[in-house]
Amino acid sequence: MNEGLGSPMPRRDGRIKVTGAARFAADVKLPGLLHAALVTAPIARGRLVALDPAPALAVPGVARVLTAADMPRFAAVTTPPMATAVQPMQDDVIRFEGQPVAIVLAATPEAAEAGAARVAARYAADAPLLFSGERAEVPSRESFYVFEEPDLARGDVPAGLAAAAHRVAARYHQPPRHHNPMENSATLAVWEDGRLTLHTAAQWTYGVRYGLAGALGLAPERIRVLAAHTGGGFGAKGYTWPHQLLAAVAAQVTGRPVRLAYTRAQMYTMTGYQPEVAQEVTLGADAAGRLTAVRHASVSNTSLTDDYIEFAHAGSAGMYATPALQLSARMARTSLNIPMAMRAPHEGPGMFALESAMDEMAHALGMDPLDLRLANHADADPSDGRPWSSKKLREAYGEGAALFGWRERPRQAARDGHWILGTGMASCIMTVFRFPASARITLRADGQVVLEAGTQDIGTGTLTIFPQIAAGELGIPIERVTLRHGDTDLPETGGTFGSSSTACVGAAVQDAARKLRARLDGIAALQPASLGAPAEAPEALLRRAGLADLSAEGRYEFGRPFDAAGHAGSHAMRTFGAVFVEVAVDPELGLMRLRRAVGSYSVGRIVNPRTARSQMIGGITWGWGMAAMEASVVDPALGRFLSKNLSGVAIPVNADIPADIRIHFVDEVDPHAGPLGAKGIGEIGAVGVAAAVANAVFHATGRRIRDLPILPEGLLGAGAG
Amino acid sequence: MTPMDPAPLRRDLVRAASLAALAPALPVAAQPAAAPAAAPTLRVNGAVHDLAGLDPRTTLLDWLRERLDLTGAKKGCNEGACGACTVLLDGRRVNACLVLAATLDGRSVTTVEGLARADGTLHPVQQAFIDHDAFQCGYCTPGQVVSAVACITEGHAGSEAEIREWMSGNLCRCAAYPQITAAVQDAAARMARGEA
Ligand code: FES
Ligand code: FES
Repeated sequence: MNEGLGSPMPRRDGRIKVTGAARFAADVKLPGLLHAALVTAPIARGRLVALDPAPALAVPGVARVLTAADMPRFAAVTTPPMATAVQPMQDDVIRFEGQPVAIVLAATPEAAEAGAARVAARYAADAPLLFSGERAEVPSRESFYVFEEPDLARGDVPAGLAAAAHRVAARYHQPPRHHNPMENSATLAVWEDGRLTLHTAAQWTYGVRYGLAGALGLAPERIRVLAAHTGGGFGAKGYTWPHQLLAAVAAQVTGRPVRLAYTRAQMYTMTGYQPEVAQEVTLGADAAGRLTAVRHASVSNTSLTDDYIEFAHAGSAGMYATPALQLSARMARTSLNIPMAMRAPHEGPGMFALESAMDEMAHALGMDPLDLRLANHADADPSDGRPWSSKKLREAYGEGAALFGWRERPRQAARDGHWILGTGMASCIMTVFRFPASARITLRADGQVVLEAGTQDIGTGTLTIFPQIAAGELGIPIERVTLRHGDTDLPETGGTFGSSSTACVGAAVQDAARKLRARLDGIAALQPASLGAPAEAPEALLRRAGLADLSAEGRYEFGRPFDAAGHAGSHAMRTFGAVFVEVAVDPELGLMRLRRAVGSYSVGRIVNPRTARSQMIGGITWGWGMAAMEASVVDPALGRFLSKNLSGVAIPVNADIPADIRIHFVDEVDPHAGPLGAKGIGEIGAVGVAAAVANAVFHATGRRIRDLPILPEGLLGAGAG
Repeated sequence: MTPMDPAPLRRDLVRAASLAALAPALPVAAQPAAAPAAAPTLRVNGAVHDLAGLDPRTTLLDWLRERLDLTGAKKGCNEGACGACTVLLDGRRVNACLVLAATLDGRSVTTVEGLARADGTLHPVQQAFIDHDAFQCGYCTPGQVVSAVACITEGHAGSEAEIREWMSGNLCRCAAYPQITAAVQDAAARMARGEA
């Protein structure tokens, strides 16, 4: 098997993951370990009036109870790398339900939990602040979460709408939804000789180092962050959260290793969620379906203390050719904890609205929804006119439609017993995010290759893909490559988020391997050639040159610490695709089922089609969750999440997802996105699915649903479309 | 059952699993008074462990993870809603977070660590998970693998639809569901051919 780029190598972490040998953060133990349990505020807003640790200290096994008085004063750090600007346990103000107010430390988890339940706290509650679009405000550019301009205007939208033969204007809404990775975030912290080591659940080891170094006033080199395996992140583990900060302080105060593992309920209030998003889309089109104007405005909720914003119009900025665009994103404060980027941020919520509106427009025009998309294909970036780095969306539409049988689909909804069958489609688009990366590769005289990069394993395939790239470049079997990762003692990389790791860290790995090969060539040139001998293995060359090993460092850089959508260069950078679904609706019971789906993508080069397919199936399942069930309901009286668990909040289970999900990648290499020609794929799979589903429901029943999720009460009594 | 039948709710499956875990414990508790007072023990992956002096609050999950350092079974919810902690108790799948270790005198537990052969040969279910790329992050995987072994031995792997239903007590947020279903189907066939 060719083991380089494009080969469907099985995962190299297979054996350790199916045997239970892979250790995640909460699986690590150290002698003298203390277990931490957090006491959290039950009110959304107000003050902590009194806190008595005595009953907790009376519990056998409880060693210590830490309150705000035991905490050092944390220095202010930017967001990110800290997830929030205001750290817990610094004062008596309660800013969200679930905010930590005390830490109980005990010899066993049972004692710590029993102690936490006995800490006596009194609060003075203020009225919670609920989401209201009326209070929308412009975000401050001081937060790095605000990485785009909140407003974008091009052309004359009122004129475009006035000239349109057809207009669609509609409002769309989605509730907050939580990431709910299966692994609850956890940190084991230990201090030795003034040096802090953390084993933690993280998507960005270096980010945790920078966040803690800033907050604790330490040199970054004195903090080592280890994340061997992270049990899913989806954005919930991207930045530095209280479990990391509080575990570090608790370990420092007690002089013992401390493990702080969130409960599932704590995941709901201390790792973020996709915010509530209210959107309004207005489209104008001429008689042939060509767009004359696109207006897209959104408001998403944020916390009292941070300016997190969902750029819901990000997809509208790049999707369709139009002479006039008017886009705006606003945020409205609530007394909930801070929301956070979640697979897929920005385009994820936004394309539900845009692609639902496009379907409404197709219906108004009497046009095939796919033909409407093709008629408005953007040959250059509609927001600024720059050329695309690469784009094969026309092929993605055509090849996806052929796989699905879109052109042959029944025009009227079909029936299957109680079920009405509908088909729907949507375009997909995602911003390409890029971060610099570095990697080191070492060839040893015994022929083994050690590849080193600080990057994380969150399940996206990095443990296979990076060795695969190295083996391909060096022309050696992958079995000879060992990857060391998940450690800030290794060369620095960015986070495993923003669909960026394969393209960016992969490029650094490729660069390192090429430099190593060049150094080998240099050594070979100095050695006397053995005439007529077969090509010499690199390790044999090393031995002949008397070297024990040979290393090279590789980098991926583009002159900035971060880039979105190719803003740093001359080409606009996006990934594209199309998703087609067939859903079945039972209007008597209000049930909805996914029958089959095709996802067809133009995303640059695919490094490993096997792990890539799993990424896209995961994304489509996330889209189905968004469409059909996911909602974190906010209690209107208490201003807190109603159910902070996996029994009161639905996420897709196996029975929800049919086997018939087909994934297709258009053959493509992006020459501008980096030396691999690859872009990211982790998020685009989740984009467009909710719109395709809502469009299929409209096809099946004639009922247009603009509020997610699509629940039985919205489907009951719907007639055949 | 057809694929379009309304699915039994996940919580029904979970409830069934947790009751199944508790029910067989009763006869053990009702031992004849004349029996010699032996120290309570629990067999895990073939090895006998002492349960004496156990904190009665300790769940089977915490006991396995913290006392025996068998960290394959994971804690995803600690309340029976995710399946990450699935182990076999006398051959039946249970959520280890819902079972108190102190109730298990004389019983036998198999965890994911106990499935492969001593020579390292993987159980057919484990091999099928690798062959079908049936995981991403791997956090739910020990629970999925153990649950799949039971799903097959229970006779609930007869069709794709049946597997999807009977594997729905194990959440996978990476959403490797179609691959998991294919792996279970494949492993069931291998085991039926006597390859186990
Ligand atoms: S941890 Fe036991 S079911 Fe979730
Ligand atoms: S593989 Fe990540 S949760 Fe299942």
